Order: sequence, then structure tokens, then C-alpha cells
Amino acid sequence: MNHLDDLLKPSSQLPSPGSSPLSPVRTSRIARRDFLKTSAAIGGGLCIAAYVPELAARPLENTPADGTVFAPNAFVRVTPDDSVTVIVNHSEMGQGIYTSLAMLLNEELGADWSKIKVEAAPVDAAYNHTVNGIQMTGGSTTTPSEWERFRKMGAMARLMLLDAAAQQWGVAASECRVEKGLVLHAASGRKATYGSLVTAASQLKPPANIPLKDPRQFTLVGKPTRRLDTPSKINGTAQFGLDVRLPGMLFAVVARPPVFGGKVISFDAAEALKIKGVRAVEQIPSGVAVVADRFWSAKLAREKLKISWNDGENASLSTSKMLEDFSRQSASPGIVAKKAGDPAAALAAAAKTITAEYDVPYLAHAMMEPLNCVVDLRADSCEIWTGTQFETVDRANAAQVAGLPPEKVQIHTTLLGGGFGRRANPVSDFVVEATHVAKIAKAPVKVVWTREDDLAGGWYRPMWHDRFVAGLDAAGNPVAWTHTIVGQSITEGTPFASYTINKEGVDSTSVEGAADILYGIPHLQVDLHSPKIGVPVQWWRSVGHSHTGFSVESFFDEVAHAGRKDPYELRRSLLANQPRMAAVLNLVAEKAGWGKPLPPGRGRGIATHFSFDSYVAQVIEASVEKDGTVRVHRVVCAVDCGRTVNPDIVKAQMEGGIIFGLTAALKTEITLENGRVQQKNFHDYQMLRMFESPEIEVYIVPSEQNPTGVGEPGVPPVASALTNAIFAATGKRVRRLPIRASDLVAGSEAKS
Amino acid sequence: MTSFFLNGKSVTVDDDPSTPLLWVIRDSLGLTGTKFGCGMALCGACTVHLDGNAIRSCVAPLSRVAGKHVTTIEGLSSDLSHPLQLAWIEVDVPQCGYCQSGQLMSAAVLLKENPKPTDKDIDEAMSGNICRCGTYSRIRRAIHRAAEIVVEKRSS
Repeated sequence: MNHLDDLLKPSSQLPSPGSSPLSPVRTSRIARRDFLKTSAAIGGGLCIAAYVPELAARPLENTPADGTVFAPNAFVRVTPDDSVTVIVNHSEMGQGIYTSLAMLLNEELGADWSKIKVEAAPVDAAYNHTVNGIQMTGGSTTTPSEWERFRKMGAMARLMLLDAAAQQWGVAASECRVEKGLVLHAASGRKATYGSLVTAASQLKPPANIPLKDPRQFTLVGKPTRRLDTPSKINGTAQFGLDVRLPGMLFAVVARPPVFGGKVISFDAAEALKIKGVRAVEQIPSGVAVVADRFWSAKLAREKLKISWNDGENASLSTSKMLEDFSRQSASPGIVAKKAGDPAAALAAAAKTITAEYDVPYLAHAMMEPLNCVVDLRADSCEIWTGTQFETVDRANAAQVAGLPPEKVQIHTTLLGGGFGRRANPVSDFVVEATHVAKIAKAPVKVVWTREDDLAGGWYRPMWHDRFVAGLDAAGNPVAWTHTIVGQSITEGTPFASYTINKEGVDSTSVEGAADILYGIPHLQVDLHSPKIGVPVQWWRSVGHSHTGFSVESFFDEVAHAGRKDPYELRRSLLANQPRMAAVLNLVAEKAGWGKPLPPGRGRGIATHFSFDSYVAQVIEASVEKDGTVRVHRVVCAVDCGRTVNPDIVKAQMEGGIIFGLTAALKTEITLENGRVQQKNFHDYQMLRMFESPEIEVYIVPSEQNPTGVGEPGVPPVASALTNAIFAATGKRVRRLPIRASDLVAGSEAKS
Repeated sequence: MTSFFLNGKSVTVDDDPSTPLLWVIRDSLGLTGTKFGCGMALCGACTVHLDGNAIRSCVAPLSRVAGKHVTTIEGLSSDLSHPLQLAWIEVDVPQCGYCQSGQLMSAAVLLKENPKPTDKDIDEAMSGNICRCGTYSRIRRAIHRAAEIVVEKRSS
């Protein structure tokens, strides 16, 4: 494995939490070689970053070699009781991959589906992402990146089981076939269970060639299939990070600075130490840790701590002031991210020009399971249990804190009670902190974040300001389009910057969904200002698309109305060269009954968005009550995500993405005053609830293309489809999120 | 010492009587199906039954349950046979699954008190339970389906 050794790199210096924020993996357009270079430096420590197919294609070193387990590769094990364990290297955070990856593998393996179990993979180079070269889950890449590998791993196992049976029977393997966990020889009527072939198959060499089924022969992939994890999630047995219990385990909470980047000057723990069960109160790099026998004791003790903080340079941060600054900056063009034709000349020659500015706030991920991490740190080992999306990075970062080589650190990936990007933290904030706590706990310890800790903990979706100017010709068609974006880069100053930020200084994650719009507009410019602000930011479900999906599709609607065009028809005419998006658009319009009469007061809005290589269009029906309350009645969604592995999971992801998008449109914002996050809990960072949840219909466009992203693409068009519907219903244009009732009450003018 | 009945069995704990029931159940008694989401009765993830009524265990002090019967998700059924569990599987409701214990415990009280809930009844009973993954439409479908299952079971 000499080529792997080449990738071992010495430590690099990490920014401390609260300083320049690191950020995520925007996967789909990364050249693997570039990623290898950058990811080798992630988190310092030694970090093997490579996708080496040969590693995946053989069992892990600790697999028993006595013939009691048939483990032809790192992804599947068959045991004599006929049970089949699929080892899944991506984290299950609701997106259903424990089921869909098992389906891919078993499509080729042909085991009895009812015998399939799923197990989380340990951290090992065998499980590295086939594109990114590290073990991680994100960027809506799981299915696209595993589409071939999981089928290959299943096929390898099947071929070996077939060979084992054929050799026992003295017949040609080509005369045998498999069905539901049996190898069958039709001519002789002989059959053998997979379990009975374990020992024999274990002795065989893997085949050199592993042909895969023609997708038209699929019997499992592409069929709605019930999730394997549902039973454990409805009887209390599912193990999330917060549910991990170890013998002698202690609990901890951390008092973190009230301002990002703040530092402890001094603290008085006298009162805290009086709380029954408190074991230790000590300073760690991220604040002051309180360790106790029980979570509740630790939390009570933290309330008694007296800490003097140095707030540092972010003490005057104010989001209302930032709003003004951003708007001012947007008046002049930034660094050009995309230019086509001559937008300035085309604007000057246009029959009509329109301009508008849009604002979206910082957003927290607010997973239902607050962050947490269990660490058992010993002299020569470190075991970690947590729900993470970033195993390789977390291991490297934890190893550095523990003073151990990465191979002495093992991460047990639990189920994630939601992820949405927060659990793929480039500096592993919650894992690194827990490793520091483990040093003072001197016992296995679970660090628990309260909801308040989680919401105020940073790593938000950035605030964005978007300024547009469009030029229309005499017929009302847009001929020129300029778009100036203002907002923090999520990758600047991180090891990822070398592949996300080009030499001009444009972070591709800031302009995605804007610089690559699919509409045929001849003269176009997209440019970017990336102010440096001390609020840690990172990817949040759909990343840059989470703001461009709103701003671009809202402004497009404004352009349509300014040119007296039907918003659907104008989109259709400008997607003439984009057949997949056009098909999605037409499908959603048909299913939504575009153009058909609606009950009084109700409006229909339409939006499309291309993200993570998938095409999505949505139509929303909404109305606004006299007090400005928005009612969302119906959401119709069409998606082309290539071949689907499990259509019901695709639908569920669209449904969930729509609720996630509606929550952002209607409810949530993180604001700062005097450097302090103003939101505390679900009373002032509200989630959409059952009574506000609309009817949702999802339609999947049949496709023979390879699978593309599903977890994120449902989110970006939601806010614009809604605000476009509000415009249709009321004539009021919403240009800032979240939508405020005060902007919509009768007689008000929606503020930009 | 405080004693109460947890899923039908008598238990005794020495936690301070002011400790929220949630943490007694999870950390002292080791039943982790009941979840922590907010600590302020805002999200419903910690919903359990106290003498048959749905309560938010994150704000219920241990003292409140002394001598009473507490049922958690682990006590909803021993074998996934509760009509809601059957319906949840049929509709494939959960995504991340973290909120689902609380959703089921809220829905169980609704269904017991109202065997044929309307959409509006569901809105009223279930709006205290947040699902960040956005499974609301499936929860609604599954509650309606569970109501049917109860009828089917009775007539079979």
C-alpha cells in the first residue's frame, strides 16, 4: 500500500473554534486528486484520504478467518444462520440510506430481504467515500457515490456463493442461479442455503470480473421498500448518540462563551461544586466543563458557575447592522463568478429594467437530537460514540487532542437524530471538545448540549443579501440579468478552500444555484462579495442553494410579472435547452393544475431549482389572512433524480425537504445583538408544526440516468414557490425571510 | 427515595424529587426511548403517559409521579403490536426517528380518547410535537390508518 503512505501528511495547524470558520465538502464537482491533497491536511494528525477500491473489496483485518463468517469484502457478512449483515459506511440521519444501500447490495447478492441486517461501519480507509476519499456523509452524495460499489460488493459475494455450491455439486456455476438466499441447480433440483455455504465460500478467491445486472433486470432497486430501521425507531430501541451508556460513564455540560471567539478570564466554581454529584469543574479550550454523575447535576451546577469572559473582537456584532452593510456592499459589483455576453450594454439597451434586493438570515440546523458525544479516553486508546457525518475528520481531530495516532482512535457511529450538515463539522467542534472533557473526567464521559447550547453554538447557514437587475426587451423577455451576492464564505480559511475557492476568490458554494442557472438569458453576470465576520458558518441542508433558490426564483417571478408573462410559461420558454428541467416543470404544472381557478384569496406560486445534480420544481398554493398569517394549503413537487433506489424514500426526502424549506421561509432566523445570539429555544426559534403542515404531493420523473442527490434538492425552491404564491394571492412581494406577518397585513407594503 | 410504576413495574429511585422525570427515566433507570429535545415542554420529544395522560417529562418533577403509573415508548407494546406501531410501519413514518417516541405517545392518547380523529383533531393533539425531518403528513396518515386498524381488529 505504498501509494497510501504517500498520502500521509504531517499535522497542519487548525484554527481554534470561534476563529475563522472551517467548512464542508461540496462534493459533486470536486476533482478527487485535489480533494486528496486537502483532506490529507484536515484536522492535522495523520489522515489517510483516498478511495482505494482494493481496500473495500476485501474483508477488514479483524474478520474471523476460521470459516464461521463469509466476509468477501468490507461491506457484507453472511453467517451460517443465513443472516446477512450489510456494513454501511454512511451515517443514517433520516435519509434512509441504511435501507437504500442495503437494497443496492442485495439487488446483486440475492439474499432473503427479511434476513438483512445493517451495521454501522467502523472508521477505516476501506469505507472512504468513492469521490471524496474520506469517510463522510453529505452533499446528497451517498446514493450517487455508492450506486456501483454496493452492487459490486453484493455481486462479489453472490458469485463466490454460487461457485462454492457448484464446486460441492460438481456442476458448472453457470448452471446455477440464486433466489432469496438459496443457490439452486435446476437440472438436478439441488439447493443450498447461503448459510450452509459460508465455510466453503470463505475458502474461495474473489472473482476478477464482477459483471453487474442490467438495471432493467432489477427486482428490488426501484421498488418502494419499507425502511429497515422503522421498527427500532418506534419501540424505543434505536440507539442515538445521546442514548449511549457505558459502565462508569459520567455526564458533562460546558459553559461556552456568550460571544463567538470569547475566552475565559477567570471562573468561580465554589457554588457549582456544592451540587450533589459534581465531580469536576475545569477550564477547557472551548469554555468551562462541568462533569457530574448525572446530566441533571451537571446542568444545575453550570447555572451556579460564575465566569468572567473576555468577549474579544466580536462583542459588537449585530445582524441588523450587517443587513445595512450587506445592502451597501451590494450596490457595487463584487468578484465576477460568471459572465456571459455583455450585461452592461444589454441593460443599457433594454426596453425596461427592474431591480430588487433580497435578504435571508443566519439559520441554525436545529436537529431534534442536540449535539452530544461520548468519549472513553485511555492511555493508549480512545473510543468515541457519536452521531457524526465526518468520521475521518473527527478521528484525526480527536487523535490530535488525545495525543494518539488516528488508528488508536475508534469512532462508533450511532444513529443521528438529524444532521442537516451540522454533524459534518470541519473542526469537529463537538468531538474535539468532548475529547478535552474526557481528559479531565478521567472516566468515560458523555458531553450533552442543551437546546440552548445547540442554537447558540454557531456554525450557521450564513446571512445572505442578493441584489438583482434585469433588463427586458420590448416583448417582455429577460435579455440581461445581473446578480450581486453578499455573504460569508463557508470554506475560506479551511483546508477545503483550495478546491471551492477559485484564484479570483469566488467560493463556488456561495454562488451555486446562481452562477449556474439553467434559464437561457443571453447577457448575465453573477458576482460576489465575501465579507469576513466572526460568526462560524457551515453547510446547512442545500448549502448555497438555500439562499439562491429563494432569491433567483423570486426575482425570476418579478421579471415574469414585469414583462406581463405567465411565470410558468416564461420559465418553460427559457428552458428550451434544458429538457430534464423542462420535463419536471411541465409535470409539476400539470399536477398542480396550473392556470385553473382557485378558491378566493388563494394564490399559486411556481419555482424550479437545479441542485446536487437533481431537477426539482414545486407549485405552492397559499393564502394570507387579514392579520398577515400565511396559510400554506398545498405543495406539489416534481423531481428528476435519475434512477431511484427506493421511490418511497425519495418521496419522504422531498416531503421533509419541503417542511424544512417552509420552516426557513416562515419561521426561523438567528439574530445577534452585541455579539450575542438572541434565540434560546423552540419558543423563539420555532419549527413548523402539524397544524401548519400542508398537503404535499411528490411526483418522480422516470429516468434511466444514474442517481443524483435527494436529501437536499427538495429544499431550495420552497421559499420562492411560497413567496411567489403570496404575490399571486395578495400582490405583495416578499423579499426577506423569514416571511413576516407585519409585511403582509392589509395596507402594508412588503419591505425589501 | 421516590417510588412509582414504570411500564407496569414498581421502581424506586434516589434522585432529588425536583429532578425532571425525563432524566430519571433515561439516566437513572436506563430507558432511553424517551428523548430530550428542548427541556421546556416545547417539542414533545419527551412525551410519556402519566396515569394515561400525555405529559412532557422534561418539565415534570419526579415528585409529581410518586405512586403513579408512568408509561414510556418501551411500554406502548411489547411486540410492535399497538395499532399505531402497525400503522407507523405501514406508512413508513420515521426518518431520523428521534421525535417518533414522543409522536407515538401523543398519538396514543389521542386515539384512546378519540377513536376516529379528524384532521383537525390531529392538528390539535399533535401540534405540540415537533418533527424537524418533516414527517407530519405521514404521521397524519398513520394516525388515520391506526384508527382503521383498531376497527379491523375489533371486527375480525
